[in-house]
Amino acid sequence: MSELTSKTIAELRDGFRGGEFSAREIAEAYNAAVAAAKLLNAYTVETPDEALAAADIADQARLAGNPLSLSGIPLGIKDLFATIGVDTTAGSHILQGFKPTYESTVTTNLRKAGAGMLGKLNMDEFAMGSSNETSTYGPVISPWRRQGSNVGLTPGGSSGGSAAAVSALIAPGATGTDTGGSIRQPAAFAGICGIKPTYGRCSRWGIVSFASSLDQAGPMARTVRDCAILLEAMAGFDAKDSTSLDLPVPRWEANLSSDLKGKCVGIPREYRIDSVPAEINALWDQGIEWLKDAGATPVEISLPHTKYALPTYYIIAPAEASSNLARYDGVRYGLREDGVKTLDDMYAATRAAGFGAEVKRRIMIGTYVLSAGFYDAYFTKAQRVRALIKQDFAKAFEACDVILTPTAPSAAFGIGETTDPLAMYLNDVFAVPASLAGLPAMSVPGGLDGQGLPLGLHLIGNEFDEQIVLNAGLAIEERAGFTVRPEKWW
Amino acid sequence: MADASAPYRVTGETGEWEVVIGLEVHAQITATASKLFSGAATEFGAEPNTQVSLVDAAMPGMLPVPNKECIRQAVRTGMALDAVINKSSRFDRKNYFYADLPQGYQISQLYHPLVGEGEVEVLLDEKDETSGKTIGIERIHVEQDAGKLMHDQHPTMSYVDLNRCGVALMEIVSRPDMRSPAEAGAYLRKLRAILRYVGSCDGNMEEGSMRADVNVSVRKIGGELGTRTETKNVNSVRFVMAVVEHEAKRQVEVLEGGGVIVQETRLYDPDKGVTRSLRSKEDAHDYRYFPDPDLLPLELDDAFLDECKASLPELPDAKRKRYEALGITPYNASVLTAEVETARYFDLLLDSGVEPKAAANWTASELFGALNRIGKTIEDSPVSPAQAAELLKLVGDGTISGSLAKQVFEIMLETGEGAASIVESRGLEQTSDTGAIDAAVDQVLTANADKVAEYKGGKVALFGFFVGHVMKAMAGKANPGVVNERLRAKLD
Repeated sequence: MSELTSKTIAELRDGFRGGEFSAREIAEAYNAAVAAAKLLNAYTVETPDEALAAADIADQARLAGNPLSLSGIPLGIKDLFATIGVDTTAGSHILQGFKPTYESTVTTNLRKAGAGMLGKLNMDEFAMGSSNETSTYGPVISPWRRQGSNVGLTPGGSSGGSAAAVSALIAPGATGTDTGGSIRQPAAFAGICGIKPTYGRCSRWGIVSFASSLDQAGPMARTVRDCAILLEAMAGFDAKDSTSLDLPVPRWEANLSSDLKGKCVGIPREYRIDSVPAEINALWDQGIEWLKDAGATPVEISLPHTKYALPTYYIIAPAEASSNLARYDGVRYGLREDGVKTLDDMYAATRAAGFGAEVKRRIMIGTYVLSAGFYDAYFTKAQRVRALIKQDFAKAFEACDVILTPTAPSAAFGIGETTDPLAMYLNDVFAVPASLAGLPAMSVPGGLDGQGLPLGLHLIGNEFDEQIVLNAGLAIEERAGFTVRPEKWW
Repeated sequence: MADASAPYRVTGETGEWEVVIGLEVHAQITATASKLFSGAATEFGAEPNTQVSLVDAAMPGMLPVPNKECIRQAVRTGMALDAVINKSSRFDRKNYFYADLPQGYQISQLYHPLVGEGEVEVLLDEKDETSGKTIGIERIHVEQDAGKLMHDQHPTMSYVDLNRCGVALMEIVSRPDMRSPAEAGAYLRKLRAILRYVGSCDGNMEEGSMRADVNVSVRKIGGELGTRTETKNVNSVRFVMAVVEHEAKRQVEVLEGGGVIVQETRLYDPDKGVTRSLRSKEDAHDYRYFPDPDLLPLELDDAFLDECKASLPELPDAKRKRYEALGITPYNASVLTAEVETARYFDLLLDSGVEPKAAANWTASELFGALNRIGKTIEDSPVSPAQAAELLKLVGDGTISGSLAKQVFEIMLETGEGAASIVESRGLEQTSDTGAIDAAVDQVLTANADKVAEYKGGKVALFGFFVGHVMKAMAGKANPGVVNERLRAKLD
């Protein structure tokens, strides 16, 4: 059945509908592949029975002549999404053993579209990290390796389990979440596609919050079309999320087109950074050529506040996180460290034992920037800069339809290689501005670096315009011909 | 200054001190049965943790969604207090850890409250129209209540009840405009009345749907404002007045003893009648307020505001003025408008076409007296406004006299029977039959020849004596006007 796991979601869907294979066969193939890939540490929980149950319903639906859009497709679900009765821990010790009595809106939408669940995917703790090393379950190991090396590499983060699973063919697609690049950077590292839609497209209800004003769910899959298929199922207005966009979900898949005639591609000069490896800038130039070939006109644009984006993000995101994570206090659910005298002692002991170092660091940063005397200097100023960054993009989109940049400033790095938190934060230097502006953005594989590791190209669209992002992504995909998969070593 | 006639002063060893008071009133929005950001119910006295949604318990990934009806009620309340309604406001998080606060923050409004400045007119003496004073409202914001801890359920553990968690509160912040316990009491009573007229809050202080944080400071007359203390969660008008009185005295004693007042939070102990320190400013939390990123700014459009405005009832001050214009005494007008239920009763009475002044007198004396005696509220009055109107009309058209009306009313209270039917079945109609009245007059004058002589000798005050005796002879049924007329004809 291994040929089933190498198919795209579109191929699986069409083959299943055409009766070439059953949903059960797809689920069994994936269940077997998942069970055989434990070395990757991509899944925190495997739910083969859930995948089979959804498959059986899908097979019946097909026989009855009414399969749904995702009938027969089993997916990996990032551990940040609440799944009813299945451990939902956000990669954190403090939530270990927590089984929600509710299901997130996004995964509900996927289930309603007929999708099954293969299991929960490993991730950086509370989505805070760029390498998957902050997970309480230990790091995900990327299926990719440098040529001639068996050094374990990171799949990126925080949606590292999702990226590794899709890349290693142990999920045809997966959910991710992106606060400051957590879908796009791992997609780039793992040679797959991942899109963060406009803020508000996907409901945040039932997704463990990291930074509410930035968090967005999105799909990760092997092709642009697969991303469009999944996003259509995930997105939609949700009255339970006040920040949800009350707009109809566009038919992204049906409107896919790699013809970019008449479109302008913005090339932001501030993203040209000398310290970035030459082959990444070279791929960027190649990307411009591909989009020209698709009919688009490149234009140089300026996003003058880009250099402030990362510091701004590292004020706003931790500030929101420090408050969002206050609920993990040992009182109602999750870990509780007993055997102390007072309530305050219980809080301290529980949170000391329950949170990892990176989460603690961000809670402390966030608490600091919100505290009396520092609030204006940090938080208020960061909010102002955020508004300026949004303005930069608004102005840029008067002159272009889509923006092309590299996704990340490097290819995947080795586990344990990056120990300085600030160096780690730099991974998101290209991803963070679009997050602060709430814009749709996608990573598409462009090629391999000199060591045989994937590199991604990054497309940013104006708000609500996922279509141009997907279309430009498709144009690159068609021209890059990126078909290489990691050699199986696990 | 309106209250300059009798300013409240605390007399210490060094002279007189003035008290400065501001109140922060937390009023639960009881007009809607669901919480501010979740669909959960808010029934008072329910079993612990039965009124709790996933949002209230702050389960992972749960998000708040504003309850539009709560916002509407707060806007209506603001309008009733003549306050500025901010068409754009925002929710902020107030961060602190406590076991009754599942989110680890309270959603409140610090920077951009829903309602801005307004005012409340209070009368310090209902009989004196010149005793009015305007108390400024600084703002009203909307926020979530917390749950409660129960320390008496287990020898070593505290239990948590989240039923109140997420309940919608309006925090109504006054300016420090009050100068005496009486003013604080009058303000709180008036505020409570307005909320009850509007219907946003039932004003039930015993059940905790209304409570006050009392800010008190003292200063030498005309001096700089002193440091204030805040006594939290005071839950009756009487206690608020007691807190002001006690706290002012305590502060004067501290200051005159060479001490300083520290800005602190205090608690009132109603059993001992004292306040004690809960925490000082140094121990105060840094709440790290910031805009709640789960919620968009609250934008109100004109149609919404127009609907809020149109839905407001006639408010106490307007009603009082209308009553006064009908010839009702200021005192009666004030008494009849103080509680929304009384006003509702009286308006129904007026609607049935009774003479306003007589109806007001009757309501404020006869009805109130009777209800007081039988221990019922006006809402449970055994005599309905329609029945009362029937009685008043019988007096008005001369069918029965005022004194007979009292008897009829007693029978109505006891039997629930209508006034007209009581009068008819018991033959209580008033008579203007001059033949019968003349006979009674003659009889009384004859029997009291000595008094007649005294009267004619100049003791004109005896006239009332003769009226009384004639009425008695007529068993109360004689028309007093006719009696007067016939007596004068015979005597003068």
